[in-house]
Amino acid sequence: MEIVYVYTKKRSEFGRQCNFSDRPAELHVDILPDTSLAANFTVRDPCNVTVQCAEEMSEHEVNTERFESESRGVNHVEGGWPKDLNPEDMEATIRYRKKVEKDEHYQNTIMQIAGLMEHCCKQNNATDIYQEFFEDEDEEVMEESEEQPSAKTINVFRDPNEVKRTATSLSWHPDGNHKLAVAYSSVEFQRAPNDTSFDSYIWDIENPNKPEMTLKPVSPLVCLEYNPKDSHILVGGSYNGQIAYWDTRKGSQPVEMSTIEHSHRDPVYKVIWLQSKTGTDIFSASTDGQVLWWDIRKMSEPTERLVLDPSKKGNLDSALGAVSLEFETTMPTKFMVGTEQGLVVSCNRKAKTPAEKIVCTYSGHHGPIYALQRNPLFPKNFLTVADWTARIWSEDIKESSIMWTKYHMAHLLDGCWSPVRPSVFFTVKMDGTLDVWDILFKQNDPTLSLKVCDEALYSIRVQDNGRFLGCGSQLGTTTLMEISAGLCTLQKNEKALVSEKVQIQHLFERDIYF
Amino acid sequence: STLTPFAEVEDTLKRIQGINGVIGTIVVNAEGIPIKTTLDNSTTVQYAGLLHQLTMKARSTVRDIDPQNDLTFLRIRSKKHEIMVSTDKEYLLIVIQNPAE
Repeated sequence: MEIVYVYTKKRSEFGRQCNFSDRPAELHVDILPDTSLAANFTVRDPCNVTVQCAEEMSEHEVNTERFESESRGVNHVEGGWPKDLNPEDMEATIRYRKKVEKDEHYQNTIMQIAGLMEHCCKQNNATDIYQEFFEDEDEEVMEESEEQPSAKTINVFRDPNEVKRTATSLSWHPDGNHKLAVAYSSVEFQRAPNDTSFDSYIWDIENPNKPEMTLKPVSPLVCLEYNPKDSHILVGGSYNGQIAYWDTRKGSQPVEMSTIEHSHRDPVYKVIWLQSKTGTDIFSASTDGQVLWWDIRKMSEPTERLVLDPSKKGNLDSALGAVSLEFETTMPTKFMVGTEQGLVVSCNRKAKTPAEKIVCTYSGHHGPIYALQRNPLFPKNFLTVADWTARIWSEDIKESSIMWTKYHMAHLLDGCWSPVRPSVFFTVKMDGTLDVWDILFKQNDPTLSLKVCDEALYSIRVQDNGRFLGCGSQLGTTTLMEISAGLCTLQKNEKALVSEKVQIQHLFERDIYF
Repeated sequence: STLTPFAEVEDTLKRIQGINGVIGTIVVNAEGIPIKTTLDNSTTVQYAGLLHQLTMKARSTVRDIDPQNDLTFLRIRSKKHEIMVSTDKEYLLIVIQNPAE
C-alpha cells in the first residue's frame, strides 16, 4: 500500500524564499487494524524472561601514559659527625674516634659481634654453600621432560619518534649479547613525511624505555651490523647508497662515510663484515646491481666492485638488483647474493676476471630474496626466504630447492637458521607472525607459530645462544622473545638425522633433474 | 686474658681482617661514622651508608614478623663476594669476604 502526498510549485516561483505558515493538521491516511492478520500469530505462553537482582556493573580498561623512569644514585660522602665537629679537621675526627674506642659499651659490643662474624667468615672458608651439588641430576631430568615448544615476549622496544619508521635490520652485540642495534628507515619510497627522523638506535635489552645510544646517519640506515671482532664498531648501509661506520666510543656521528660518487645508487640492503687480518673489511649489496667491497679505514672508494650481470658482461643496465648477501667465515672464498628478481647468485671471490666471479644461479623464487643464509652446521645447504615461501637448497642442485614450505597467505619478509640447532629455522611474515620451523619434526607447518604484532614483521635476528631473538616490525617496534629450551638445545642424534634428511631430499631432487 | 679491653678489640679486629679471603673490615656507629676501617674513606662511607639503611630495613622486617625477635646477622652473597653485617643496636661490624673457592 503506497502513501503518496503531492505538492506543486510554479516554476516561476522556484528560488523564492520559504514562507512558513501554520495550518491545522490534515489527516492523510487512516489505517485501521486488520483483524484477519491476527491469525498468523499465536500467543506465547510461557514466556522466558531473565531477571537479575544485582548491581549493574561495567568494565573499563585504562592504559596509563607511559611512565618514564630513570635510575639515579646518591653519593654519600661523609658520615654523620656531631654538629660541633668539623669533618675536615683531621685531629678532631681522630680524637672523636679514639674516644669511641675507649668507651666500655663499644668494647663489649664489638667483642660480641666480632665473635659471630669470625665464625661466619671461617664457615665461608670451610664450605662453599652455594656450590652446585646435583648438576648431573638436573641434566637427566631435562632430557626426559617433553615440553611444548613455546616462546614468550621478554621486552618490547618502541621507536621513540612520533613518526614511526620500520625496523629494517637488527644486529646483536658480539660479546654477551646485552645490546641490540636496530636500523630504522622508511621502506616505502617517498612515503615518509619530511621531518621523519633519520636516527637508528642501540638498545640495552634491560631498558626498553630509552635507547642506550643514538646513531645519527646522513640518510636513514637500512642495514646495520656490529663488527664481530670489535664490539665498538658498527657499519651501516643507508637509504641513499652510502656506507658509514660508527665507533660507539666516539659518539653518535659516523666516524667516516663513503663518498657519494663511489657509493651505491640505490639503498644498501645488506652489509656484512668479512674475515680479514685487519678486521676492517666489509662488503655491501644494493638494488643498483652492484656488490662493493670496502676497507673502512679508507672509505673514499671501494676496494673492489662486482656488477651482477648474469650475462657476465659487467653491464650495469642488465644487472640484477641485490637485496641480500650471504657470507660464511668457514667458506671465505664463496659468497651468495639474493636478488630482487628471485635468483640466488653464487659467486667466487677469488676469481681472476669479473666474468668468472659469477659462478652460477639458483632459480625458484617468484620475488625478491629477503633472506639468504647457509645452515651453520651444514654449510652446503642454505635457506632462502622470499615471496610466500621459505626454501632450503643444496648447493649442487641449481634448478630447484630440495625442501620448501607451503605457500602462505602472507609474504615472508625475513628468516634465519637457529645458530644452535641445524634443523630449526625462523621466518617472519607480513601479517606479523613469527614461525619456528623444525625440519625433522614437521615440514608442512611450522612447529610454532606466534602472532607478534598486527603490523608486518620486517626483520629477525637470533642471538648466538639460540635462545633469544629479536624481531622488528613496520612501526619500528622490536620485540625481544625467548624461546623454550626444547627449541634451542641440540637433541640427541640431531646432526645425523638432519644430515640424513637433507641427503634424502637432495637425492630425490637430483633424480628428478638428471 | 691479660690484655686491656682496648687491646682485645684491636686484636680481634686484626684477627678477622687476617682471615683468608677477607677484603675489608669496617666498624660503624649508629650515625654512620666509621670508627675503624681497613678500606679507603670513600668506599667506607659508601658501604656504611648503604648497609646501615639495609640493616634497618632488615631489622624492622624481622621485628614486624615477631616483635620479640631481633636481627643479629645479615649476609649478602653476590657474584663477586659476600658482605656480612653483624649488628647491635648501636654499632655495625661489616666484613667483605671473597670466600676461598
